Amino acid sequence: MLADKNRIFINLYGLQDPGLEAAKKRGQWDNTKAIIDLGPETIIDIMKRSGLRGRGGAGFPTGLKWSFMPKEVKERPHYLVVNADESEPGTCKDRDIMRHDPHTLVEGCLIASFAMKAHACYIYIRGEFIREREAMQRAVDEAYAAKLIGKNNIHGWDFDLYVHHGAGAYICGEETALLESLEGKKGQPRLKPPFPANVGLYGCPTTVNNVESIAVAPTIIRRGADWFAGIGRPNNTGTKVFCISGHVNKPCNVEEEMGIPLRELIDRHCGGVRGGWDNLLAVIPGGSSVPLIPKSICDDVLMDFDSLKNVQTGLGTAAVIVMDKSTDIVKAIQRLAYFYKHESCGQCTPCREGTGWMWRVLTRMMKGDSRSSEIDLLQEVSKEIEGHTICALGDAAAWPVQGLIRHFRPEIEKRIAEFNRVAAE
Amino acid sequence: MATRKLIVDGKEIEADEGLTLLQACEQAGAEIPRFCFHERLSVAGNCRMCLVEWVGAPKPQASCALQVKDIFPNKDGTPAKINTTSPYAKKAREGVMEFLLINHPLDCPICDQGGECDLQDQAMGYGRADFHRFNENKRAVEDKYMGPLVKTIMTRCIQCTRCVRFATEVAGVPDLGATGRGEDMEITTYLEKAFESELSGNVVDLCPVGALTSKPYAFNARPWELKKTESIDVMDAQGSNIRVDTRGPQVMRVLPRLNEDVNEEWISDKARHACDGLSRQRLDRPYIRVNGKLKPATWAEAFAAIAAKVKSASGDRMAAIVGDLAAAEEIKALKDLMTSLRVKNLDCRQDGAKIGANSSGEKAPRQTYLFNTGIAGVEAADAILLVGANPRWEAPVLNARIRKAWLAGPVAIANIGPAVDLTYKVEQLGTDVGILANIVNGTHAFAKVLKDAKRPMIILGAGAITRSDSAAILALAARIAGDTGMIGPAGTHADGGWNGFNILHTAASRVAGLDLGFLPGEGGRDLAAILDGAQKGEIDFLYLLGADEFDVAHLGRAFIVYQGSHGDAGAHHADVILPGAAYTEKDGTYINFEGRVQQARRAAFPPGEAKEDWAILRALSEVLGVKLPYDSRAQLLKALEQDVTHFAVPGSAPVHADTSAATWGGIGQSGPLDSRPLTHTVTDYWLTNPIARASETMAQCSREFGAANKMAAE
Repeated sequence: MLADKNRIFINLYGLQDPGLEAAKKRGQWDNTKAIIDLGPETIIDIMKRSGLRGRGGAGFPTGLKWSFMPKEVKERPHYLVVNADESEPGTCKDRDIMRHDPHTLVEGCLIASFAMKAHACYIYIRGEFIREREAMQRAVDEAYAAKLIGKNNIHGWDFDLYVHHGAGAYICGEETALLESLEGKKGQPRLKPPFPANVGLYGCPTTVNNVESIAVAPTIIRRGADWFAGIGRPNNTGTKVFCISGHVNKPCNVEEEMGIPLRELIDRHCGGVRGGWDNLLAVIPGGSSVPLIPKSICDDVLMDFDSLKNVQTGLGTAAVIVMDKSTDIVKAIQRLAYFYKHESCGQCTPCREGTGWMWRVLTRMMKGDSRSSEIDLLQEVSKEIEGHTICALGDAAAWPVQGLIRHFRPEIEKRIAEFNRVAAE
Repeated sequence: MATRKLIVDGKEIEADEGLTLLQACEQAGAEIPRFCFHERLSVAGNCRMCLVEWVGAPKPQASCALQVKDIFPNKDGTPAKINTTSPYAKKAREGVMEFLLINHPLDCPICDQGGECDLQDQAMGYGRADFHRFNENKRAVEDKYMGPLVKTIMTRCIQCTRCVRFATEVAGVPDLGATGRGEDMEITTYLEKAFESELSGNVVDLCPVGALTSKPYAFNARPWELKKTESIDVMDAQGSNIRVDTRGPQVMRVLPRLNEDVNEEWISDKARHACDGLSRQRLDRPYIRVNGKLKPATWAEAFAAIAAKVKSASGDRMAAIVGDLAAAEEIKALKDLMTSLRVKNLDCRQDGAKIGANSSGEKAPRQTYLFNTGIAGVEAADAILLVGANPRWEAPVLNARIRKAWLAGPVAIANIGPAVDLTYKVEQLGTDVGILANIVNGTHAFAKVLKDAKRPMIILGAGAITRSDSAAILALAARIAGDTGMIGPAGTHADGGWNGFNILHTAASRVAGLDLGFLPGEGGRDLAAILDGAQKGEIDFLYLLGADEFDVAHLGRAFIVYQGSHGDAGAHHADVILPGAAYTEKDGTYINFEGRVQQARRAAFPPGEAKEDWAILRALSEVLGVKLPYDSRAQLLKALEQDVTHFAVPGSAPVHADTSAATWGGIGQSGPLDSRPLTHTVTDYWLTNPIARASETMAQCSREFGAANKMAAE
């Protein structure tokens, strides 16, 4: 269990004032000039050594990502874009960071932008996050007023921070669709390559990072790479904000050590599964996009990137969705399939046509109105979507369905048999 | 350009790094199916049909979206292996095809695209023919209104976005777009607005399925019933290469043909859709005016009536005018006939353009009246000055080329003339011709732009060369061309030297007419003088070869012979009508505004008793007792080649880098400028010639777009 002294987001629950003065008391903006004085190379090196992996879902090493930016600023300016389009069902970590600890993010933006030689940074906030945008804007205004950021600020790195409000589309959380949206276009993912580090916002070198990845940066640099790397397990280091929702007694956001056992996470912080651990049916461990795992796996799985990958799922955004035995698991996945059908941008054929197909099949399957051969069909369709599209939404739509078939095929077959029996009578 | 080694289907190739993998695979001989990819449009990469296997990559790769430079070699340094036919690649494509088909209606039997449908063809290769597994209802989409030319059946749409990209990129009209998300995505125009472009018909060719089809051609024919004839368009002077599809005697449709130097693969809406005018208002038998009324007659009677008149008239009281759609053959025949009758009052410039002859009345060198830069050459230009030209209406496909140049690089474009939306950014200098004088003397800011440019161009439209002061305008334009280095700097277009002096013609017959010298002879009258003479009673006999574009009503008591295909203005006032062939009904030679000699081919026979035009003139010459010395078209072509040597080299455009002062000093004549503002001569794009005026489709377009565009122009 994470010791209190190792917490980065001290005000995650909003018990204290999110304002600048209170944030300073919590240690933010503490001699940031010294960090800036380290120079970009040292900062990126610390980030690399800390082992921080991107907190947006894919888990790409943050320091490495920063190092992809061109070393010299040529005729095109550099940009940092913070992805605050937190739309993954089950996920609400960035939301609390922005509401209650916004200065961690503002400071992180300054440091990360400096490390990548960007003078401007955009925070792209999800359309539905009204209060969060207000909180963020307040924090940015405070920082401007205190000359922490802006032109001729006290840190000696001219830096402008813009809070941009999206219009509420899941796909705009995909980094290139986010850039398109930020440019004022329709939010549709771009072809890669070229990658944003090369051709990003307005065609300029850009890095897109998750809120949490940026917000933890100041503390990591202050306390040292070794401190961060010392928490968690090798290759899965540091602390992470977990969002536990669903059938637990006390759903919550909690900052914990990477690699904490799932069972400990639920039992210690959420008051356990509703009706006891044995009442657990399945868990989606990383937001709606990752395949679910049944109780048998939940018993001893560790919550980090590699452990979850080994059980054919993923850490994703660390949004743990707990489902107890009262859950209609087919209906739950059918609802997710509807979500992906609704949020597909419509660009690529497999995702545009396939998500709707899966949803319709699942809708029938939910009632058992199907044939068992259709389970194989569903599996195959999901495989034809996965990996065949421009962005990862196709994959994200396919995985929950694959997880369902992998672990709950007998349940579907039972329903089909029951439906056919009733129909035959 | 650097190259990179690839192994495509076991075959090692050296591919240009700038190519996409799809193009590289095609170079290696592989065939890659595609829907969204198109060479002339930006890469969308969304249909996913072109997936190939890159051995070692975690997932199949969209070959259209992957550039060769991004394909790194294997870890051991061997070239990357690409498989286009492996079971892995085939399975990926079959999956995509299945997705495309689940929501595509099974209405091929009633779909106009049937037989030339990319989806149909590729479904043969990648469809799972033995079974289908989609048990849900298919999606239905409401049809959209896109104007009188493009019919939509949007349920068939596969969202490849080719039409959207064409509209925004090539046509420069952001009228099309996609609304909605996921499977609710729909291609639409803004609030049922028509697709307002002169190139809108091209989206029908681009659409890989039957979602966008030709409205006038709807349910008319199947592609396999049609006879295809490769020909040349005459609706403007660009000479777009077309394919004429006929069923029996009727032209069913006109499609573009690929010619990189002329029209790439686009044609204008007029070229495509005026073809229904070919079967309306046709002159299908000779007529003679008796007691003020036109009466049907035989060829012999008509010729006799003409002969009677010609015998009583002297050469200096006769005249001939060539219309806009005439081929070189009949211009040559008419010229020879008139020369034998000692007629010097000849003109092929129906609009009164002051080109083709020097101030002394001699035939001017070719480069003084051609579009010397060439159509493809426009892409190399870095500054363009438009004078009295509206390329969007005078040559829409050329306008797309100018837009292409503008998109590709910094091109400063300025316009002297009325402000119109040309689909690219134009600096509007005003409508006063005096600006030209200011550019010559360097007081105007644009003079510096032209001087600093490496390959500057000037384009003179009909609005500039048909005025009373056009000689002075031309002289100024030639001065600008000479002063700003438009002519001659080495190392430029087509390796033949740069020439930025351009006349933008609007009539398909014009350059051939000028080349053949169908101009007033020594002491002869030009168009204005002929008309004046006719009114004053000094001209007794006037021969109109399809000439309808001037005020025919005021020709006094002159005896008028009209030879042409349509009952248009000229025919209404004729005393004798000789029915001729339209451009699809004869083998004809046309020279476009670049000076490119091209052959139109006969796709159908002329209606009724109508004949090929040169043959009519040949027959008439015999009756008149001045038999023309050619009995077949082959002999006529020989004679043409003797007259004008470049008729012997069809296909290529000349490169004129002639820098001699004599040539360029001889253009126009300095003189006072008129204070009237410059105008454009084309006032209704859809109705510029007899065929278009007979076309119902063009009339519809004129109603739909005409008023709106006029408002935009004002």
